[in-house]
Amino acid sequence: MIVAVLSGFVLALLAPSLYRLSPRWAGCVFSLFPAALALYFLSHMEGVVAGEAVRVTYPWVPAMGLELSFNLDGLGLLFALAITVVGTLIITYAGSYLHGHPSLPRFYLFILMFMASMLGVVLSDNLIALFVFWELTSITSYFLIGFEHDKDTARAAALQALLVTGTGGLALMAGVLLMGQIGGSFEISALASDNAALHGHHLYPLVLALVFAGAFTKSAQVPFHFWLPSAMEAPTPVSAYLHSATMVKAGVYLLARFSPVLGGSDIWLYVVTGFGAATMLVSAYQALYQTDLKKILAYSTVSVLGTLTMLIGLGNKLAIQAAMVFLMAHVLYKAALFLVAGSIDHETGTRDVRQLGGLRKTMPIICAGAAIGALSMAGLPPFFGFVGKEALYEALTHDNMLVTVVGVLTSMLLFAVAWLAGIRPFSGEETHTPKHPHDPPWTMWLGPVFLGCLSVLFGLMPALPEKLLSAAAGSVLGKEVHMHLALWHGFNPLLVLSLVTFALGVLVYLNVDRLQKVTEFALPAVRRGPSHWYALWLRFLNWSAAGQTRVLQNGYLRLYLGTIMTVTAVLAWYTVLAQADVGVIEFNWGDIGIHEWVLGVVTLVASIATVRAQTFLRAVMALGVVGYSVALFFVLYGAPDLAMTQFLIETLSLILFVFVFYYMPPFKRFSTRGVILRHVAIGTAVGALFTLLVLVATSVQWHPTISTYFSQNSYLMGQGRNIVNVILVDFRGFDTLGEITVLAVAGIGVYSLIRLRLGKGGGS
Amino acid sequence: MEALLAIVIGVLYASGVYMLMRRSIVKLIIGLALLAHGASLLVFTAAGLTRAVPPVIPFGEKAITGTVADPLPQALILTAIVISFGVQAFAMVLAYRAYQTVGTDDLDDMKATDT
Amino acid sequence: MNSLILRTASRFLLILLFQFSIFLLLRGHNDPGGGFVGGLVLAAALTLYAIAYDVRSMRRFLPCRAQTIIAWGLLAAALSGVWSMFKGQPFMTGQWAHVYILGLDLHLGTPLLFDIGVYLTVVGVVLIVIMSLAEEVEEDD
Repeated sequence: MIVAVLSGFVLALLAPSLYRLSPRWAGCVFSLFPAALALYFLSHMEGVVAGEAVRVTYPWVPAMGLELSFNLDGLGLLFALAITVVGTLIITYAGSYLHGHPSLPRFYLFILMFMASMLGVVLSDNLIALFVFWELTSITSYFLIGFEHDKDTARAAALQALLVTGTGGLALMAGVLLMGQIGGSFEISALASDNAALHGHHLYPLVLALVFAGAFTKSAQVPFHFWLPSAMEAPTPVSAYLHSATMVKAGVYLLARFSPVLGGSDIWLYVVTGFGAATMLVSAYQALYQTDLKKILAYSTVSVLGTLTMLIGLGNKLAIQAAMVFLMAHVLYKAALFLVAGSIDHETGTRDVRQLGGLRKTMPIICAGAAIGALSMAGLPPFFGFVGKEALYEALTHDNMLVTVVGVLTSMLLFAVAWLAGIRPFSGEETHTPKHPHDPPWTMWLGPVFLGCLSVLFGLMPALPEKLLSAAAGSVLGKEVHMHLALWHGFNPLLVLSLVTFALGVLVYLNVDRLQKVTEFALPAVRRGPSHWYALWLRFLNWSAAGQTRVLQNGYLRLYLGTIMTVTAVLAWYTVLAQADVGVIEFNWGDIGIHEWVLGVVTLVASIATVRAQTFLRAVMALGVVGYSVALFFVLYGAPDLAMTQFLIETLSLILFVFVFYYMPPFKRFSTRGVILRHVAIGTAVGALFTLLVLVATSVQWHPTISTYFSQNSYLMGQGRNIVNVILVDFRGFDTLGEITVLAVAGIGVYSLIRLRLGKGGGS
Repeated sequence: MEALLAIVIGVLYASGVYMLMRRSIVKLIIGLALLAHGASLLVFTAAGLTRAVPPVIPFGEKAITGTVADPLPQALILTAIVISFGVQAFAMVLAYRAYQTVGTDDLDDMKATDT
Repeated sequence: MNSLILRTASRFLLILLFQFSIFLLLRGHNDPGGGFVGGLVLAAALTLYAIAYDVRSMRRFLPCRAQTIIAWGLLAAALSGVWSMFKGQPFMTGQWAHVYILGLDLHLGTPLLFDIGVYLTVVGVVLIVIMSLAEEVEEDD
């Protein structure tokens, strides 16, 4: 199974090269690849519906106990089939839709990568792997929305989608880590079989909030739904695939997958159901007054996502069953409608529903596909959408009145929306459109027609997908489920409810213009909605980032250094005073000889003289005294090599100083008294800190010195008697090699600085 | 003797840090040199001081027998001294070049490209 | 600088210090000294000469440009480590051999080559820095 998931990534990376090799054949390969995967998943169908989940595990980061585990159960299989079957149709469609587009190889790259990531999401059993794939879908979605990257709107929409889903993703990561920590395992199946620890933990509400943030942003629940309609900037195949059939359902999937782990509590019930109900109603209404065909579909998708969320929130057997049926129905009709919308756009040059009409004569095949999709969406028999709606109503009426009302109202609105999007462009008089329309090539009508046929087939024979849907519902509920779907339930209250919905829907459709006028009054309030908050938040972020940069990157080196030094001094002083045993320090003044006193005092005086020097020459002289004193210290304490080196280096440094500062302007006093005092304070704090550190370090010996090793082996292994030299050229020779390289680089740097004659003003 | 050197190191660090924060780029480089001296002595002292003989194995012996100065910090400091020379040389030339180009040695006037 | 004493002294000193630097380099493995110190001594001697005369006269003593000296130095140091790899030992494992030349028993090893590399690099770097700056001064005068 790992091959099935990861081969998509490999093919994606090869896609641009394959395409360059032969555009025609590459397109075929890309279309057939998801088809092959679909067949692979179908081959597992029998076992999965019999209740035998396929589970494979590969070591991933064994050191951290992480495993790459995949689990193909009913839910995973339902999603995997949706991803691969729709994927096949979409990629075939895109080949014609984007025919001749210069970035077509890039499109293939990202869409294949997306498909693989999405498969990873729905098949991963490991929380970390799930999260990684989840983020990959966000990123590929970003690139696909921004596919027309020379358009401002596309870039803004892509960024918006990424920021919204990415923020949710971060929350999800935190939630997933908490889940793993609390539950004691990163395997979802293990967590599901033992969720008592999670439910009982006091952080349970936080985990829920974090997971919800991830799922609701991804599945575009109110108030985060605004990114999905904006994402319609993407090419239509992308909208059909990512933003209706698969990616936006990842949030729903996550909730379904986690409901055995986290679900069943009151918070879960009220929050998920509440968000879902609000989303389905609000966005169904918003869909009504859109004029862009794709935006209509986008809002109706949001509405369906809300319905699914609500059903998962309710969480009882009927609701989960209904969710699975409704989900499948939606995949079948919505992807078809999106593809139809794409074809209309492609053929007529516009997506504005007000300009479209009478297309049934010029685009008969597309019209057929659209009609089936729209009727299924409207929930009319004998299409699968009807079965889905019946299941929905059954679940809702068994629950309570409120959700039933919300459900009926939403279905009523979606009925009108379906008519608006799927029927109206084809009915009535022919209108004048920018391009003269005719039926597109077969690759572009295959998708809607195929999905339409499935809608009809499953509608007429609901027993066909029954087992798969039962298995999917079963894996959410954690027990075996046998559902019976039928087109005709007999004359019962549900049918009455459906008939009422149709009647109301027709009423809404006939009065849609009046509704739109009413809405126009409310529009200013809508503009102040979530997308406005998003824009404000973005402005605030930019503003605060600029402000921080102004404050922190102010260009004053001494402020940077001052800050660093102060922070270091404060933290280190605090640590020393709080932790170190200052009592171990021994002040042993007795063993200092007179010559050492003299040398010490000379160094101190010279060092202070360097600081206080009024002219450059005095400063350099004093600095030289400091350097030679250091060399003498080395002589005193048994380091002749160091002493010689220090002596020579000091001499050369002095020469350099004189050479360079020959040119520099005389010392000036820039700083005010206050600044000087502040800097003296910082310097003193740092200096005193180091005095203390030295005293502590010399008073205690924590570890045995490693020098003993060098002393014992210098002659035996290094064949040398001067241990310092043996360390330099043999024991630590590699370090020395690095050091002389640095030295060489510095030398070359000096040479080039002098030789590269930059004229005054910076020109070369 | 550690006490005396500890104070010397402290003063070297204090002067070095103070000089680093001057506005004149020349003083900054002098501060760098003072810090380098302080760091050398720090490593040297922290490893423990001995007035004993240099870490050289006497002729005819195969290993150290008596007490000698610790060779490891010496090796570290030796390269540090040479490298700090390289860095100082580079810093000086950079300052010189900057002065030639910008016409000032005041670091506050050089921040134009920084923002 | 125009000082007869310094000029005369620097000529003698140059020869003496050159020999001294070689001496330091070679004895470095067994007594205080080594590539760093040796290189610095030679570089200091050449600098003194450059101050006494000028950079151009000093340059006569160099067989090649300072950059080339650095390059040879780094190459020698790096190559000294490669030797052991041919014998299947880790990079920079010291290799030693007794070599008999003119009746002398010389104990030679790759660490010596490494030290020569250090020596050359140090000489090259100091010279390149000093020469760059000194020529800048001279051009200005």
